[in-house]
Amino acid sequence: MGEMPLQMAGHKPPEEEAPSVAGIVASGAKELIAGLQEYSYLAFQSLTNLLSGPYYIQDILDQMDGIGVGSLPIVLVCGFFIGAVMVLQTGAQFTRFGQTALTGDVVALALVRELGPTMTGILVAGRCASGIASELGSMLVTEQVDAMRAMGTDPSRKLVTPRVLGAVLVVPLLTALMDFIGLIGGCVASVFTLRLDIVQFWTRAINALEFGDIMQGMSKPIIFGFILATIGCYKGLTVRGGTQGVGRATTQAVVLASVLIIVANTFLTKLALFLANKIF
Amino acid sequence: MTLPDTSAEAQAPAVQFDNVHLGFDEGEVLRGLSFNVKPRDTLILLGETGTGKTLSLKIAAGLLRPTAGHATVLGKNLEGMEEKELLGFRREIGFVFQEGALFDSMTVADNVAYRLREEHLDEDQIEPRVQEALRFVELENTLELLPSELSGGMRRRVSIARALINRPPIVLYDSPTAGLDPVTSQTIITLILRLRDIYGVTSILATHRLQDGFAMANFRFDAAERRVVSESAVTPDKAIPSVTRFAVLREGVVYFEGEPEELAETRDPYLQRFLI
Repeated sequence: MGEMPLQMAGHKPPEEEAPSVAGIVASGAKELIAGLQEYSYLAFQSLTNLLSGPYYIQDILDQMDGIGVGSLPIVLVCGFFIGAVMVLQTGAQFTRFGQTALTGDVVALALVRELGPTMTGILVAGRCASGIASELGSMLVTEQVDAMRAMGTDPSRKLVTPRVLGAVLVVPLLTALMDFIGLIGGCVASVFTLRLDIVQFWTRAINALEFGDIMQGMSKPIIFGFILATIGCYKGLTVRGGTQGVGRATTQAVVLASVLIIVANTFLTKLALFLANKIF
Repeated sequence: MTLPDTSAEAQAPAVQFDNVHLGFDEGEVLRGLSFNVKPRDTLILLGETGTGKTLSLKIAAGLLRPTAGHATVLGKNLEGMEEKELLGFRREIGFVFQEGALFDSMTVADNVAYRLREEHLDEDQIEPRVQEALRFVELENTLELLPSELSGGMRRRVSIARALINRPPIVLYDSPTAGLDPVTSQTIITLILRLRDIYGVTSILATHRLQDGFAMANFRFDAAERRVVSESAVTPDKAIPSVTRFAVLREGVVYFEGEPEELAETRDPYLQRFLI
């Protein structure tokens, strides 16, 4: 009976020492490095899985459908209005100098180089990184991931690689569509607010673009797709704390993926400009 | 499925744990766990919540690696195996998870067929085997239902069907009756008895319910009469020989290991708490 919990009520628990600031910083740094290591391993493995089978082609197609077709409405709607609002903002400035004809140039360059890839990345991250994290997180807490492993399936191949590959393949396509629909939005706004000619807008927009701009605009989304999918998978597969943890992981996935996309965009732009000067 | 080999060679333990340790950042959970299970025998891992029952099963299935000690299953030393080898090894083990762990986006039929599809079997071969496995658990009419449309007991039964689809020699059950009503629990235990007594499956059953263990020890499934009968009513030469033993876990070690009768007659205060 001496082992019954009620009998232990009189015992005073040993006092815990208050953690020092250095201890907290050290444990935080340790956690951060361990997290980085885990994420790097997951991201690296998602690519090396492509070197050997088994391949889950149907899962890749399902993910392309889910991420690509599923994100199409928000990307198109946002693209149209981003293009339109750019014309409204820049047109007012160009009108002061009587250079409204340049609107097409500005919209095309800004959309193709920066806004198209970045906004698509952020929008798809908001929709899909959260979806991936919550789906995988729920699978983890309900032991479905363990069940998969128990049946001889590698979750990295079955769950991570199809999502990463799906995102890497469709985010550039979504970006191209956003660029196009953004230009349509810009064109509509130009015609109705600046009284520009449709042909003039499109001629200037197309002429403003060089091969390097399109390369820059189409290569960034590949990285953004990779970032949003790997972050979603990482956050989902490292969920701690049951369903509450799934909610936390979902929020963290969106925030982290969006921030990383914006940070990566700066470095990718610098790299693209450097390469444009060297190659194109 | 062929009947199990009863030669002396086959008497080597199907599962052997030798001083197995497992720890996490929060501390060590398994502190030198040792037991063995012979082919076709049943081990009841009994213990309170948090004593390491599920972790022991996960180590036996190669889902976790011990931090020290040796775990040998089907003659394979698990700690020396690469993850790729472990994936192949796990196909020889059936695992019934506590809540079933069915893939909630797949139908019952797809859940049960999952392992066969992973092995790239023809659909012509898969369908009859899925129906046979679901008939075994008496759920042949649920093929197109989703797991969310099933009751808790039905989900466990589908999980058992999924575990037996490729006729594994060992099945590990993680608290298969937890949270179920007595009648449904009895249905699940009957299924486990059928698997053991018809197919000669080696079983490890983790539970905190002593009655599940005694049911495994005291009853058998009579294939000829298609009903559960008392152990004493079975003619020895007609039944696949099988022994049920108990291992009570406490603070990460085996506190008691022995026959059901020894446990029933124990005077140990800790063990008596399970008997009340």
